[in-house]
Amino acid sequence: MKVSIDGVYKSFGHTEVLKDVSLSVNEGEFVTLLGPSGSGKSTLFHLIGGLMTPDKGSIFLNGEQVNGKRGLISYMPQQPSLLPWRTVLDNVLLGQELSQKPEIEKGKDWLRKVGLGDYENSYPSELSGGMKQRVAFIRALLSPQNLMCLDEPFSALDELTRLEMQRWLLSIWEEHRRSILFVTHSIEEALLLSDRIYILSQRPAAVIEEINVPFSRPRKEALPFTDQFVAYKRHIYDVLKHEV
Amino acid sequence: MKFRVIWKKAGAVFLLFGILVIWELAVNWTDTPAWLLPAPSDIFSEAQASYPDFFGHVLSTIYLTLLGFLIGSSVGFLLAVILHILPKIRDTFYPILILSQNVPIIVLAPLLIIWLGFGILPKIIVIGLVCFFPVAIAALDGLKNTSSELKHYLNMMGATKYQLFWKLELPHALPSLFSGLKISATYSVMGAVISEWLGAKTGVGVYMTLASSSFRTDRVFVAIFTIMLLSLLFFFVIVIVERIFTKWHTKGVDKSESKH
Ligand SMILES: Nc1ncnc2c1ncn2[C@@H]1O[C@H](COP(=O)(O)OP(=O)(O)OP(=O)(O)O)[C@@H](O)[C@H]1O
Ligand SMILES: [Mg+2]
Repeated sequence: MKVSIDGVYKSFGHTEVLKDVSLSVNEGEFVTLLGPSGSGKSTLFHLIGGLMTPDKGSIFLNGEQVNGKRGLISYMPQQPSLLPWRTVLDNVLLGQELSQKPEIEKGKDWLRKVGLGDYENSYPSELSGGMKQRVAFIRALLSPQNLMCLDEPFSALDELTRLEMQRWLLSIWEEHRRSILFVTHSIEEALLLSDRIYILSQRPAAVIEEINVPFSRPRKEALPFTDQFVAYKRHIYDVLKHEV
Repeated sequence: MKFRVIWKKAGAVFLLFGILVIWELAVNWTDTPAWLLPAPSDIFSEAQASYPDFFGHVLSTIYLTLLGFLIGSSVGFLLAVILHILPKIRDTFYPILILSQNVPIIVLAPLLIIWLGFGILPKIIVIGLVCFFPVAIAALDGLKNTSSELKHYLNMMGATKYQLFWKLELPHALPSLFSGLKISATYSVMGAVISEWLGAKTGVGVYMTLASSSFRTDRVFVAIFTIMLLSLLFFFVIVIVERIFTKWHTKGVDKSESKH
């Protein structure tokens, strides 16, 4: 699974939001988009998801142009967006249901694996924020599409839960590498999780720098305190500071 | 604390009982003649006495109510779905829906009999006209006001319009639909009685007309209480069905209430 975005432009009326954005995600790679608020990261996701078409430029999936085609990616939004009338298990299977027959056993397995086995038949209103995000992530993971697009999935969580969820995501992802395109505001989150980072400019967004993250996997818990990590963090901070 | 719980559960019953007691005492005290206002005890004994004859009327009203309610709310629901799927038609039709409720039933019913005769059809139309409206409006609102966040997720995942309807809009509309059904259920009994006033052989409405034209006020009250009881019963049946279909909803509400 390889995704590449090639010279994409998008405007809403007179506001130019994306200006010549090009990037790619390789098979099994974790790529992060880092950019100021309102720069157009979600808009880029909507283009990849096919909700809108780019004004100019192309989106390729495995070499095939897919501008405006829907149902080709799996998606995890900022809010967990679980259906309140479905049990946790039925929610987890929703992504599959849209395009194939749901694999119930697999859903149960995953819930057990992430410590939600006892909540299979509970409703979302009975879960905590972190648990809901876990369910939303498993739902995205079980969806058959190969590319997962995660739009600031942890930004609504408190700091501690957020750290816990980052470790949790890392451990799962490092075991079952899927191609992930991840959006975040947090420099630290980007460095901790990704293989590569694209830094976007203020609106209209363009890629101003691409960073290859050198830290080996599995990533250690003490990683954020190493000198190298801090040096990268400072560098990205400087780049973004020039933007804002 | 305990008293409050009992009051919450049975307060309405106490209140009703209190009103009946005051009514009874007032009638006895002022010596009101029974044809003007019978005492509750008189109404109760009349109900017991005329029960064998009255029961047939009740059954026929229940039958008519159920039939009218089922047809009326089905039409209301289907109309809501069609208008929801075809939003262009919705804006044209919505005012007509509202206008349909401004036709006085009392005037319309005799006309229906002239047009359609004394069969069951005009009666069903009268009940349906009363029932379809709350269901249609409630279902339309429920279908329209889906959470934009959930809709966005399903769209991003490539859900078709069909999937969006069955997996999101319809289940989301259920609580609202049931609110409409509760109103319709309550009205449908009245609708049935009105439709019976206009040429039926049996039914609580017929019994009521006979009773009032022969100044049997006690029997009129038996009929009134029966209508109330039927409405209440019907309402609770809907509540029970609602509980079964929207378990998640009541559960969520319970939780948020206990947080406060
Ligand atoms: N459907 C739309 N119509 C008009 N303008 C839009 C639309 N969607 C987004 N925009 C505009 O595009 C710009 C980028 O929005 P977008 O949501 O992509 O930003 P973002 O980078 O995801 O921001 P954040 O990090 O705060 O989520 C904003 O200025 C927004 O007002
Ligand atoms: Mg965004």
